[in-house]
Amino acid sequence: MTTLPPRFADWFAAKGWHIHPHQQAMLDRADAPALLLIAPTGGGKTLAGFLPTLVDLASQPHAGLHTLYVSPLKALAADIKRNLTTPVTEMDLPIRIEDRTGDTPATRKRRQRADPPHILLTTPESLALLTSYPDAPHIFKGLKRVIIDEIHALAESKRGDQLMLALGRLQTLCPDLRRVGLSATVEDPAAIAHGLARHPDPCEILMADPGPAPDIAMLTTDAAPPWSGGGAKYAIPAVLEQVRQHKTTLIFHNTRAQAEIFFHNLWLANDDALPIGIHHGSLDRAQRQKVEAAMVAGQLRAIVCTGTLDLGIDWGDVDLIIQIGAPKNVKRLVQRIGRANHRYNAPSKARLVPANRFEVVECVAAIEAALAGELDGDPRGPGPRDVLCQHILITAAAGPFDADALYAEVTTVGAYSALARADFDACLDFVATGGYALRRYDQWQRLKQAPDGTWALRDPRGDRRIRMNIGTIQDTDTLKVRMKNARGGKPLGEIEEGFAASLTPGDTFLIGGQIVRYDSLREMTVQVTRDAAKKPKIATFMGTKFATSTQLSQRILRLFQQETWPELPRHTADWLALQRRVSRLPEPGRLLIECFPHDGRTHHAVYGFAGRNAMQTLGLLLTKRMEELGLDPLGFLATDYATLIWGLEPITDPAPLFDIDALRDGLDRWLAGNAVMKRTFRASATIAGLIDRNTPTARKSGRQATFSSDILYDTLAKYDPDHLMLDITREEAMRGLVDFGRIEDMAARIGSRIDLITLDRLTPLAAPLMLEVGRVPVKGMAEERLLAEEAARLMATAGLKP
Amino acid sequence: MNGCDITLHGARLTALGSGALWWPAHSLLCVSDLHLCKSERMARRGGPGLPPYETRDTLTRLAADLDHTQARTVVCLGDSFDDLQAARSLPEEDRLWITRLQAGRTWVWIEGNHDPGPIDLGGTHLAELALPPLTFRHIATSDASGEISGHYHPKVTLPTRASRITRPAFLLDDDRLILPAYGTYTGGLRSNDGVLAQLMQPDAKAVLTGPVPVQVPMPRL
Repeated sequence: MTTLPPRFADWFAAKGWHIHPHQQAMLDRADAPALLLIAPTGGGKTLAGFLPTLVDLASQPHAGLHTLYVSPLKALAADIKRNLTTPVTEMDLPIRIEDRTGDTPATRKRRQRADPPHILLTTPESLALLTSYPDAPHIFKGLKRVIIDEIHALAESKRGDQLMLALGRLQTLCPDLRRVGLSATVEDPAAIAHGLARHPDPCEILMADPGPAPDIAMLTTDAAPPWSGGGAKYAIPAVLEQVRQHKTTLIFHNTRAQAEIFFHNLWLANDDALPIGIHHGSLDRAQRQKVEAAMVAGQLRAIVCTGTLDLGIDWGDVDLIIQIGAPKNVKRLVQRIGRANHRYNAPSKARLVPANRFEVVECVAAIEAALAGELDGDPRGPGPRDVLCQHILITAAAGPFDADALYAEVTTVGAYSALARADFDACLDFVATGGYALRRYDQWQRLKQAPDGTWALRDPRGDRRIRMNIGTIQDTDTLKVRMKNARGGKPLGEIEEGFAASLTPGDTFLIGGQIVRYDSLREMTVQVTRDAAKKPKIATFMGTKFATSTQLSQRILRLFQQETWPELPRHTADWLALQRRVSRLPEPGRLLIECFPHDGRTHHAVYGFAGRNAMQTLGLLLTKRMEELGLDPLGFLATDYATLIWGLEPITDPAPLFDIDALRDGLDRWLAGNAVMKRTFRASATIAGLIDRNTPTARKSGRQATFSSDILYDTLAKYDPDHLMLDITREEAMRGLVDFGRIEDMAARIGSRIDLITLDRLTPLAAPLMLEVGRVPVKGMAEERLLAEEAARLMATAGLKP
Repeated sequence: MNGCDITLHGARLTALGSGALWWPAHSLLCVSDLHLCKSERMARRGGPGLPPYETRDTLTRLAADLDHTQARTVVCLGDSFDDLQAARSLPEEDRLWITRLQAGRTWVWIEGNHDPGPIDLGGTHLAELALPPLTFRHIATSDASGEISGHYHPKVTLPTRASRITRPAFLLDDDRLILPAYGTYTGGLRSNDGVLAQLMQPDAKAVLTGPVPVQVPMPRL
């Protein structure tokens, strides 16, 4: 056992603390090449990660960078800097700590490259950017340790893949680098360990004491949740009462729009004027920082928030978590619950508030699963190749490289350990030449091979463009919103471009808890004025959407089969009974389809319970077949339990539509022209460097100079169908949006047992579907029919003759 | 042929679903903003190497329109090439293809802001072309009369009862007609953009391209 140096032991003693067993264990294993710590929030996890660094730096002087800390959130880097500075100052340790994120001023960033601190706190994107500089070997000289915080969150995304590729680079520069991962409770620690370690190094997993079981239940309300909708307005009085009874409450929402609406309603009812703030990713940075500072200072009784507060920052006094809307995923629910009560050994307290009656069922199922400790999740496949393409570009920006050496380095990354050389070479060829079957403009290719065999940028000035486009986060295009006044106006936040395009002057929407009126669009900024209206048009900007896990879906289906539902609130039990009376409830082993007219169109609700992605694919395949049968489908949307399809004609004979062989045979062909594929292509092509998100002359040349990524997709599909980018798109769609495996499972479950019920109106179970966002349009002949109709109407209204 | 018949200063024209303009009286086909060889220019400037198929795709569509109309005169309304160097680097097979399309026809290249000088291809190079009652030029002028132009790549978004549909579009009023961009690698400028809203008269109309072109009052909001 490594004993704590006296200076540290004294410090712990002065604080009245004891070193936690897992902190000691981390110290004992300081020399392990890779180490994964799994601990609940509040277990002193961060200190456990840094203790070996602090002890080492206290015992011997070190020139340059010693430890790199990477977290998924910028705010977390700043927060850790604060928390780490306290012990360092109190023990008078000779350690310099700095953070580096997208928010760091350029002058400080330059100085950090010339003279790095001992401990640098950063994000995956900022780290990737650092590795793209030719002076990377100087910056990282002497680096001994890297700590990856909240690795469970990174491991689920391409940000994690990019980070691990960057670590591969660092390991080449600093062969003795030790890797430490800090994770919340997860269902498969071994998978995260595999991703963390340098392949094929082993990675030991340390499990800290998970602490007492959480106190988790439904929030009791006087009013029943509505039939549909996501606002949970009915629960406002009960939520306010909870806020009054607790010191600090975090009120989690699944989407930003829901958070805005809830916050607005909360304020209208907040007669005691309790200090309550709002925090989500679309708000202006200054506003978010104000809320964070108020929270740290203990000035807020509650924060209405989204996934942006899922991670990290230590809000010491939070004693209640309220989850508005169904949690969709048991693991994330458990991690959110861990946000409450950071005192080790005190149970976390959480209350769930279903937004509508279907979510009551989901919440009950999720609580059962959480108490049973049944975490859920899907394994991730091999490392995505679009991220690899970007990594090759980043490598080239840093200087000439050898393909063999880069391939060897890439395969030390767990996710890419099985990458075939041919696949690597195809990515390199794509980055270098575009990889097209038609070889043209070879004199302008992006990378050139020198006589010594190394690869380098043809135009060294191209490095700037590469750096401007580093990252794997796909923002939907957003526009800044500002209060209109003579001096430019106060920035409020951002809204999606598509939403902005739908606004006409005079429309009102919510942002940052206030209602504003759309005034004009000037130089890509939405100008608004304050509005006194009580009821706004809703801001539809998206938050993160989680997919309900298979485990949770199956629990719900089983729940439906009960004769009565004593564990459900009366109103929900009555609602299910009503559904059973006017239509029927979905059953395991059968497929229920409801067909009804709504809003001038024929709707079909297909209750497949296969999870959002598979239901999305089902929507895509079904609409294609309906198009072929002349049923003129217009679009569809998918939720975790159903696909809703609308169009001009009803389905009369469902069996041929669901023939699994026909669905499978046509999958590839059907996917080719679809909006889902185009959306996936846009994301992957942007990551791989085929589409620049940012250019040095951004938006100066006017909107008509940029063209849609759909055009590139269509062109490739037509003239170069075997191109790497389409292959990557297919792979990404199959793993992300397609999930055909679950459709096959569903088809096997239902066989020929399909129940098509025709009704004259919307059913209780279908109602929540109507309010879902994420509608996918079908570009078929229905569009021509609608255009002709609308054109005739408009011309007639305007009194114009064609 | 799928088209929408329109009249400008007494000239009877057809806006084709492809984005080309057909003037039967002169057996004249007009296309604007082909932006050929855009991928070459992007690559030359150090950007991503886009799929080099846009010239082939644009010429394929142009050949189809020529086949349908059997036009005797072709007017390319400017920005036919993404820049003059792109025009010079036109691959030999595409050069020959254009020569084949030109055979037996009068071919006019109007200069655009992207291709402001003469190019090394057959045909006549003009700043503008007057064929009374119409004048063909690249960029619309404020005091135009019977003017056919391109440059702005207009597109129109139409809310229907089911969804919002966006298409490249012709814009038409009593004095001028603005053509949508014909080239494959082109984007669009919405008709509610300040420039277009100002240029077009209050009763302007738009013709949306597509399988069945339709005419609507030009959206301004």
